[in-house]
Amino acid sequence: MTVRELCLTEDFKPLALPDGEREIKGVYIGDLLSWVMGRASADDAWITIMSNQNIVAVASLADTACIIVAEDVKLESEITDLALSKGVNILSSDKSIYETAVILSKLL
Amino acid sequence: MAEALNFHFIVDGEDFTSAGQASVQVKKNLRQLGLPSEIIRRVSIAMYEGEINMVIHAGGGTADVNVTEDYVEILLKDNGPGIKDVEQAMQEGFSTATDSIRSLGFGAGMGLPNMKRYTDFMKIDSVLGKGTDITMRVNIE
Repeated sequence: MTVRELCLTEDFKPLALPDGEREIKGVYIGDLLSWVMGRASADDAWITIMSNQNIVAVASLADTACIIVAEDVKLESEITDLALSKGVNILSSDKSIYETAVILSKLL
Repeated sequence: MAEALNFHFIVDGEDFTSAGQASVQVKKNLRQLGLPSEIIRRVSIAMYEGEINMVIHAGGGTADVNVTEDYVEILLKDNGPGIKDVEQAMQEGFSTATDSIRSLGFGAGMGLPNMKRYTDFMKIDSVLGKGTDITMRVNIE
């Protein structure tokens, strides 16, 4: 499923979608950024509650398909602007991390 | 490519939130050179971890990336405090980062282990009170 298709489902809202045709091939969950870079795979949807600017660089370098900010965590507009300029997709979910993962597990 | 291509960056030690700019630029440059995406991913992550370490611990430094036919080489240099015990620093989970760094999601003690994990060669030359030089290579084939 592509990131854009995921945004069409009711549980996910796009915050930045510069590369919507990106295919999601797996899921990784984590907030420790080095842990994510060490363990996430390219093309994963990355679920986190981390909301600082560094998540954009991490997603870009680890080549994840998108960031999903769960638990209804809000992002500053400068972060979504940065994501747009770096080609990084960011979605938001108001569900818990666990529920977000369960939904993804059914969709993928 | 007969000649090695070189990219030079100054890593700003004051600017933690925008740390990673050099790595993101390198990723872009390597893409333009048409390198395989897995090689680019490994180089980018290893370099980003190094960049973050220089910002957290050493007040910045320099990064040089050389692209040859056989490998991508990353040279990181700083004039920071040096690493007291390299073997200990290489262990997953060991960190001397402050709580404020940890609250940003760094300082998990995975930086140096990730640099080793994603590269084919890594060498650390560190002198206490003088600084740290790190050489990493990712083979292209």
